[in-house]
Amino acid sequence: MTEVSELTELGGARAAALVRDGDIDATALFDAYRERAAADELNAFTWIAERAPEQAPPPRAPLAGVPLAVKDLFCTEGIPSQAGSRILEGYRPPYTATVVAKLQRAGVPLLGKTNQDEFAMGSSNENSGFGPVLNPWDRTRVPGGSSGGSAAAVAAGLAPWAIGTDTGGSIRQPAALCGVVGLKPTYGACSRYGMIAFASSLDQAGPLTRDVTDAALLFSEMIGQDRMDSTSLKFPEPIALPRREDLKGLRLGVPEDLLGSGEGAGIEAGVRESFESSLATAEGLGAAIESCRLPHAPHALSAYYLIAPAEASANLARYDGVRYGLRIAGDENLETMYGRTRAVGFGAEVKRRVMLGTYALSSGYYEAYYGSAQKVRTKIAEDFRSVFERFDFIVTPTSPWTAFELGAKTDDPLAMYMNDFCTVPMSLAGIPAISIPSGLSGGLPVGLQLAGPAFSEGRLLDAAYALERAIGFDATGARA
Amino acid sequence: MLDRAQVLHVARLARLELDEAEVERMAAELSKVLDHVEQIRELDLEGVPPTSHVVDVTGVVRPDEPVPSLPRDVILAQAPEPVDGGFGVPSPGPSSE
Amino acid sequence: MNAASSEFEPVIGLEIHVQLKTNTKMFCGCQVSFGDPPNVHTCPTCLGLPGALPVLNARAVEFGIMIGLALDSEIAPRSLFHRKNYFYPDSPKGYQISQYDVPLCRGGRLGAVGIHRVHLEEDAAKLVHVGESGRIHGSDRSVVDFNRCGTPLVEIVTEPDLHSAADAHQWLTLLRTTLRQLGVSDVNMEEGSLRCDANVSVRPAGSTDLGTKTELKNMNSFRFLERGVNAEITRQIELRRAGADVVPETLHFDPTARSPDGPSGRLTSLRSKEEAHDYRYFPEPDLVAMVVDEPMLAAATAQLPELPAARAERFEHQLGLAAGRARDLAYRRELADYFERALAAAPEGSSAAVELSNWIPQLVERIGSDADPGQTKVAPEALAALVAMVTAKEVSRDAAREVLTMLVQAGGDPRAIVEREGLGALSGDDGDHLRRLVESAIAADPDAAAKVREGNMKAIGPLVGRVMRETQGRADGGEVTRMIREQVAAG
Ligand SMILES: [Mg+2]
Ligand SMILES: [Zn+2]
Repeated sequence: MTEVSELTELGGARAAALVRDGDIDATALFDAYRERAAADELNAFTWIAERAPEQAPPPRAPLAGVPLAVKDLFCTEGIPSQAGSRILEGYRPPYTATVVAKLQRAGVPLLGKTNQDEFAMGSSNENSGFGPVLNPWDRTRVPGGSSGGSAAAVAAGLAPWAIGTDTGGSIRQPAALCGVVGLKPTYGACSRYGMIAFASSLDQAGPLTRDVTDAALLFSEMIGQDRMDSTSLKFPEPIALPRREDLKGLRLGVPEDLLGSGEGAGIEAGVRESFESSLATAEGLGAAIESCRLPHAPHALSAYYLIAPAEASANLARYDGVRYGLRIAGDENLETMYGRTRAVGFGAEVKRRVMLGTYALSSGYYEAYYGSAQKVRTKIAEDFRSVFERFDFIVTPTSPWTAFELGAKTDDPLAMYMNDFCTVPMSLAGIPAISIPSGLSGGLPVGLQLAGPAFSEGRLLDAAYALERAIGFDATGARA
Repeated sequence: MLDRAQVLHVARLARLELDEAEVERMAAELSKVLDHVEQIRELDLEGVPPTSHVVDVTGVVRPDEPVPSLPRDVILAQAPEPVDGGFGVPSPGPSSE
Repeated sequence: MNAASSEFEPVIGLEIHVQLKTNTKMFCGCQVSFGDPPNVHTCPTCLGLPGALPVLNARAVEFGIMIGLALDSEIAPRSLFHRKNYFYPDSPKGYQISQYDVPLCRGGRLGAVGIHRVHLEEDAAKLVHVGESGRIHGSDRSVVDFNRCGTPLVEIVTEPDLHSAADAHQWLTLLRTTLRQLGVSDVNMEEGSLRCDANVSVRPAGSTDLGTKTELKNMNSFRFLERGVNAEITRQIELRRAGADVVPETLHFDPTARSPDGPSGRLTSLRSKEEAHDYRYFPEPDLVAMVVDEPMLAAATAQLPELPAARAERFEHQLGLAAGRARDLAYRRELADYFERALAAAPEGSSAAVELSNWIPQLVERIGSDADPGQTKVAPEALAALVAMVTAKEVSRDAAREVLTMLVQAGGDPRAIVEREGLGALSGDDGDHLRRLVESAIAADPDAAAKVREGNMKAIGPLVGRVMRETQGRADGGEVTRMIREQVAAG
């Protein structure tokens, strides 16, 4: 039997194999992680399971017994599911999200719920109604967001693996800032049923893991059409564990519109350096690297910050103090009850986006804002389509910078939104993208993003795996 | 640019009670964001179809077959004001829907 | 009451919401119900719980298509759902999923009224006012029941083609029968499965402009619809006469309120339309486009019964019924069905149609105007047999009416009743007896006979009446008249 202290060193895929082979005990594994999670000093969790599940995992379950950290945005029956918001404080849903239920059926017990930016709106986790999450590499810095709790928990070894959600970068950016792997799947690959909505046409669930193999394994059990989600799709092929060791024959495009001039120039020198060296590594693995154009990508951020708030303004209208969640009585007047409940229950960023989205949809402004943004979305999708005629993947830095200090960007919403500059175009196009650690800059992780056409996850994970092996990122700095 | 009156109008549509300081700050912050996002208006989008969805499927339906509903005590357990098997609210005026 | 005036012409368009009779709700698998205890048919989707998503009910789409076909609408091969945003406790998500700029059906016609559009949407929850709750003192409370929430609705919007409250009433009856015959809805106004709003304006007679319209909400019976529309027409005409403007607003008609001088019922303004509403419609990202393909159209078409308007046409043009009679029968399915069953049993075949159709109102008069003749003791075959005897002059009309009354009371075979009661016509074998009665009638009233001889045919009435009384209605009135004229001319 493996020592308890070693149990939490095991990655998800390896641990699952050992549990299945009877080499380690699922309950011991759970307890080891539970203990670490309970001692969490990063504020990564909003809820932790009290004990290991009484029932042993089904013997042949593919993910047997390896506990999972789940972003608070996913509904879990009878367990607090608060979306990082005070308006849902203590809310225990009567049902479980499809993705979580699928993973549970695959043998995964629920370890805990992870902290996040309120309703997934944020890039630093400072917008959580339950306090910010700290970056395990440097506790004065943010872990990124909105899936910051999931990223920090995996990076710090408080959980073997986690799931999060990505609307404009909410898996990839915290993965980059915490030095873990994060996959945002093709829109529709994973069911959104039971995932508390931020922006419905963009939200996607995905894994945050220590390595690409774990990401592939977790992802392979998350995909599939769900009759409860009309926008979910049948994944065209099963996801196998990645094996590729080189990038021979692959053409990688480096979009100059995201890296070259203008706002792209905002990329930190250290990030740029790490990115250049990743490109050299890729070339060394046999990839052909060439510059490419995504002419509308620089406008993606603008389109995103109209579309996502617009959808959010409607998605968040249900938090009205009538059926569940917070209610602030309003002098026994309905209108005041609504206004106060939402004023007290929502944080500043959520209010800002609800206001922005309401305005963008309001009479007289719809065409200029929401309508135009949808047209830009069309152009961005076209840009990607034409690039993928010549390239297998696009590569960019995931985030323009490494983890920044807590409070550094809270006074400037627009500066905060710039976090998503390189991740939002893929979200608008609905295509998959993965962030893997590409090295350190000033002692902080840097993320490399690879994006491919819809449903190219299998190939994308393969390529990421080859790069990951060649890069040989040392993650121990987060597990002190 | 968003002025005070517009902020108040939008806040009323969104049912958000804002205090004076929030109104000020919202006007400034939203104006700044809008100034930025308005750059897309400079693009030539004439004749471009809007994309509200990237999924390439249509006509998703389910059969008209009942599935069990939730027990009432379960849903009312979360209610801020359970009354007579329902959800209590301050009486509104008549809906004009 | 008729609110029309010669100076002003009312212009009325209707917006009708129809609850569809599906098993489950529009976007979730909860049962569609009526009258159950509150909040027993809910789920994450229809309660608007965080994370829940809608999935469209295939049967609701099919019913929508059937309605579109019945209203002669153009069915969109691809249509969209939008979110209509508004805050109200009956709206759990803060928006209603409805159709906006690309509805399921556009255009169409039913009877004399054009159809503007038909679209699918979901119903709201029910808000029950409970007054001051025991739990919270000094405050006026309501309770929300989500059983109804998410029930599939079809919204039908007409063109402003109606010009009186009575027309609106009659047309809505036609629509109700049509929908009932389609089997897509209970169409019961009292239970709310049929709800009608009216857009009302008035314009100077002869003008083709549309005046400022107001919207009358939720008149929950046919009678109230007619009264509410009339009240609004009157109000608008009075405003216009006084030189004042009609303000666009939403009005609620309270039929129970009484005013001292006018008719009962009061109109109260909800809120002024423009300030209150900014629905911020945008495409519903949780649903994909709704598609109607050839197989779906074929399946819906195959389920269409013959509808009242077409049936009335057929009664008029193929069976030769007067237009009004044809509509009276066709617009009430139970009457039309009964009529057709009787016609099928008529020994003379379809040539009996006109005579038979004349007897349906007689029957209705005896069974009550709301009753279904198919549910009475008068078998359609019996009516057909009775009418055949009338046509063959085996029984007089008067006697046949008596037989019909007996059929309504006890059922049975009309021929047997006629024989048992001795109601057979006095003709043929009874010719001598009838001739003697005619002779004695002429003898008893020589004045009348003289007038008839001079050509004053009005004077024949008393003579005929006398003979008919003597025969207790068994004689055929036409035959008696002919015999009197012969006798008088001969005498
Ligand atoms: Mg409607
Ligand atoms: Zn339901």
